Amino acid sequence: MVVPRFWRERRSRYSLIGTKCPVCGTVYFPPRSVCPKCGRKSVGKMEEVQLSGKGKVYSYTIVHQNVIGYKYQKPYVMAIIETPEGPKLTGQIVDVEPEKVHIGMPVHAVFRRIAEDGKAGIIQYGYKFVPDEE
Amino acid sequence: MRDVAIIGAGETKYGEHWEKSLRDLAVEAGLKALEDAGIGAQDIQAIFGGNMSAGSFVGQDHVGALIADFAGLAEHKVPAIRVESACASGAAALHSGYMAVASGLYDIVLVGGVEKMTDLQGDMVTDILAGAADREWEVFFGATFPALGAMMARRYMYEYGLTKEQMALLPVIAHKHGAMNPDAHFQREVTVDQVINAPMVADPLTIMNCSPVSDGGAAVVLASADIARKYTDSPIKISASVAANDYLSLHERESLTRSPSTIEAGKKAYKMAKKEPKDIDLVEIHDAFSIIALLGIEDLGFAKKGEGIKLAEEGQLYYDGDLPYNVSGGLKAKGHPVGATGVGQVVEIVKQLRNEAGKRQVPNARVGLAHNVGGTMTSSIVHILEVM
Repeated sequence: MVVPRFWRERRSRYSLIGTKCPVCGTVYFPPRSVCPKCGRKSVGKMEEVQLSGKGKVYSYTIVHQNVIGYKYQKPYVMAIIETPEGPKLTGQIVDVEPEKVHIGMPVHAVFRRIAEDGKAGIIQYGYKFVPDEE
Repeated sequence: MRDVAIIGAGETKYGEHWEKSLRDLAVEAGLKALEDAGIGAQDIQAIFGGNMSAGSFVGQDHVGALIADFAGLAEHKVPAIRVESACASGAAALHSGYMAVASGLYDIVLVGGVEKMTDLQGDMVTDILAGAADREWEVFFGATFPALGAMMARRYMYEYGLTKEQMALLPVIAHKHGAMNPDAHFQREVTVDQVINAPMVADPLTIMNCSPVSDGGAAVVLASADIARKYTDSPIKISASVAANDYLSLHERESLTRSPSTIEAGKKAYKMAKKEPKDIDLVEIHDAFSIIALLGIEDLGFAKKGEGIKLAEEGQLYYDGDLPYNVSGGLKAKGHPVGATGVGQVVEIVKQLRNEAGKRQVPNARVGLAHNVGGTMTSSIVHILEVM
């Protein structure tokens, strides 16, 4: 893969930039150019919005597969995180014992290395989630 | 719109076919369907072929042309188009073929599905299958396809109290049926203990809650209903062919425990076929993961939300029960060569409705339903077939 593949997504992956429909107020992440609820009324009017990075675990799993680019992390926790702004995000939960993860657990987003494209390839960054301080 | 019937059906055995290539599998299935219909390749007016990812699995695109060529159709200049909708590619090809005949554009069409998956190592197959999800916003962050299925299962367990032991009943039933299907990838029975103690793929899904990586091909010949009896004494009518789509990413869904696309496709299919769930004599439901099958059973109207597993506990899902389920063995035991699966489900229903299914024959089967999904139940396609 070449750099632009990852570079073009940097604002959303590094800074959680999504979009808000000015017609119905729904927030979307990742960004969308049309609101699925409002259709053409929203076209050209979607506004950028930054998520707070806060959230709660909506569902999760512990991945035991060999996954290209991730195999040195296994087993790792994947989760769907519910944010207070509305959208749900898919990401890993780190800095936690997998057996302590539960639905409803409060977490927040952190900036981390996600994967690498072989030894000489691009190192890819983005968000992961860690548990809030107890 | 005119009525459409299936006049021939055939498939390869599903499994690890080290000796067979993509084209071998496709041509074998296609020729079996033509033989079954009693017609030659020159009678075919168009081909629609379901295939998810030959470009990634074996580096071959332009699959329609390849298959038509090696099926001997190049001399006849027959159009051949590949159709893709991830794991629902097979049903998507059937939907396309159905439209082509129903519209009156063609009278006889071959619909095929094929996937050659075992030419690559496991981690590469996992990565390709993940392409059915959102590569940039799910897969990039480490979500494999089983991980997404596992998050559906975890949420269902949280909302409805489902246990791993209960969920294991679905693969147990699928394997019981697969053991009676000589074309199934796995032809042995398994126990609940074997399912829950199998190696973990993505907690709570063990490898026995996941369909296998299989090679295989399946094909059916469609004809307009008014000429179908010229070719066969037992044409099977396609009473409904309905597709529906939802948000691509699992995290975009309001709920992880219901599939709006399956609900939509099911409702419209029942209406189109003038049938209700109680009229269905057997179902082939997409069980790529046990949890997807459970949602399918509920969202197609066979059980209330949260209560689908009761049908398994009560024994109703066996081939001699009230709702014979995945009598072929399903994706779990028959196998899941992704592009072939949706067509293969229909091949099984055709055999059942013609009373040709041998040991696993469902008594008095007149109406069957096939449910094929792509992604995390993102694309749902439902076909209802009945004896004419």
